[in-house]
Amino acid sequence: MKKRNNPMRLAISYVLLVIIAIVSVYPVLWIFLSSLRPGAALYSERLWPEAFTLAHYGELFTNPSFMYGTWYLNTLKIAFFTMIFSTLMVTLGMYALSRFRFRGRKTILSTMLILGMFPSFMSMIAIYIILLQIKLLDTHAALILVYSSGAVLGGFIVKGFFDTIPRSLDEAARIDGASHLRVFTSIILPLSRPMLTYVALTSFTGAWMDFIFARLVLRTKENWTLAVGMWDLVSRYQDSNFTMFAAGAVLIAIPITLLFVFLQRFLVQGLTSGASKG
Amino acid sequence: MKQQHVPVTVKPNRERQHRMTAAVLSVVLQGLGQLYNRQWIKGICFLILEAVGLAYLIPRLNQAVWGVWTLGEQTQRFVKVNGSTVLQQGDHSIFLLLNGIIVLLVFFVFLLLYIFNIRDAYITGKLREEGKKATGASASLRYLLDKQFPYLFLSIPALGILFFTIMPILFTITLAFTNYSAPDHIPPAKLVDWVGFKTFTDLIQLKSWSHTFFGVLTWTVIWAILATVTTYFGGVLVALLIEQKGIRFKKVWRTIFILPYAIPQIISLLLMRNLFNGQFGPINTYMKAFGLEGLPWLTDPFWAKVTVVIVNMWIGIPVSMVLILGVLTAIPRDLYEAAEVDGASGFQKFRIITLPFIMFATTPVLIMQFAGNFNNFNVIFLLTNGNPLRGDYQYAGSTDLLVTWLYKLTLDNNKFNMASAVGIIIFLIIASFSIWNFRRSKSFKEEDMIQ
Repeated sequence: MKKRNNPMRLAISYVLLVIIAIVSVYPVLWIFLSSLRPGAALYSERLWPEAFTLAHYGELFTNPSFMYGTWYLNTLKIAFFTMIFSTLMVTLGMYALSRFRFRGRKTILSTMLILGMFPSFMSMIAIYIILLQIKLLDTHAALILVYSSGAVLGGFIVKGFFDTIPRSLDEAARIDGASHLRVFTSIILPLSRPMLTYVALTSFTGAWMDFIFARLVLRTKENWTLAVGMWDLVSRYQDSNFTMFAAGAVLIAIPITLLFVFLQRFLVQGLTSGASKG
Repeated sequence: MKQQHVPVTVKPNRERQHRMTAAVLSVVLQGLGQLYNRQWIKGICFLILEAVGLAYLIPRLNQAVWGVWTLGEQTQRFVKVNGSTVLQQGDHSIFLLLNGIIVLLVFFVFLLLYIFNIRDAYITGKLREEGKKATGASASLRYLLDKQFPYLFLSIPALGILFFTIMPILFTITLAFTNYSAPDHIPPAKLVDWVGFKTFTDLIQLKSWSHTFFGVLTWTVIWAILATVTTYFGGVLVALLIEQKGIRFKKVWRTIFILPYAIPQIISLLLMRNLFNGQFGPINTYMKAFGLEGLPWLTDPFWAKVTVVIVNMWIGIPVSMVLILGVLTAIPRDLYEAAEVDGASGFQKFRIITLPFIMFATTPVLIMQFAGNFNNFNVIFLLTNGNPLRGDYQYAGSTDLLVTWLYKLTLDNNKFNMASAVGIIIFLIIASFSIWNFRRSKSFKEEDMIQ
């Protein structure tokens, strides 16, 4: 079969691709180079700095009014525990919903769907008062609790994935005398590694970067997370502390971006399986 | 055709009474029926649960109903005690309401347990009548782990959802029917009252509120459509560009284009806020270097809207691209070959094969994205904060969506009843949209056919 490649069209395509690549990369490059530029101002004549300095990175951890190190540890802690609890709850719950036909199942599915449609801050005032009353306001445990208990509502993708694992597999194991828990741990979990990675990663980044509830719950500066701290820095000082913001942003983005790039395969699978299931 | 009457061997009357006796005993006292059925451990468990429930509910239930009904009767005031004035605590309407809802929910859980207990006693009694032995505790436990497994698995997440999702939502919905708002009805200094649908009628009819509401609603709809369409077709375009025949280094292009998706959203949005800064931001700096006037990217009502759409494209196109790339690989090759045999041009192949296929596979996602954009808090709040401000709006700016307006009403202005009303309206819009989408999706209709 002969295939003519129109050279004109190819050339235009390459030009477009290069332009899109520049647009994708430019902001990232800009923030990285800004973090290495001496001075504090947002304004600069050119993209490439005349001199390089690591001072802003040092300043992040030494500046007395800016507790970057503490916030980093706080965020890491919250994101880690949220990841563990959400993954556990989502996979267990969705396993039950995917594998069993029991009374009230369709009702549960519809309820989940409907609850997921309320804007999440509609519950803000109530959660605030509850946390106030059970004395959990301004604690990290409160955030972990709120994030993890909300995670199940987003579990449809996981259910869809479990649905695609042939049921004959667990039936065979059941005949051999395995308990449900056993089927779950030694058949379903190993088969759904890409999905587990997807859930763990999204719940980790979700907690890592959540701003709305973190700002509501965490009241004292020592307890803040990175998102709240960075937002405060940008909205309060705007362009007077820009290079320090840039350095902070780079340090926040690096671990997440690396995770994304390395786990890209799983992410793509997670996204597309969500697509074909609707 | 007539059913033939099957004669049954009639058991002695005393034996037949087990089910009724057990059920009635369980109605009288939870667990008694189980004890009658000689299920000792189960019966004792039910008894203990009932004791706990009663101990919790009896002192509270009355107060809870009173609190929800009246929302408090006495405000705080100063009273003279021994010559000095002391602040005497009054009723705090909001705490009363919330506590009332919690107690009523707990009551509801125990009610379910009570009904379950009666049903259980009845069924076990029936089993005994049929001459089978009632199951012991260990057998019950095994039964629970085996047959009732899904309930066991779902109970923990269900509790979390009950107290951190359902209860807050119920509470917030009730707020819309009160007058809980600054400056006149903020406890503990003042009481809050039920006002029925007044909040909703105010929102629609009072000039100042309705102008803001319909203005913000219009922009929210425009935004949701623009944001969804631009990112979706941007994604299709980029995916098709990469997948063209003759393009080399496909993987490299893909990895570069995924980069914006990999950066945490809060960082990229705060970064963009600086990038588009009208005074010092690099974009205006470059434009000035080329001799152009810089644009008021974030400070002019019109350009701020353009900016949020552009930035949203930067963030959203990679996601659509990944999706569409996945769909493209699933299109059967032989379709194209058949089209080529028939002499179809490149554009015809796209229009007749590629586009319908993509649309078919991704319509549900498209609709969910629309719903997501409708509530896209992050992009608006972190980028423009809803600004530039509008004098003729109530607490909203030109780029505010309904959700960011709700947020401002709640956190900055304490107009809790208005915020709840807006939240309910958002919910109604999104819910009707999504349920329609979910119902027509294949995975709902043919759920059990995949297996």
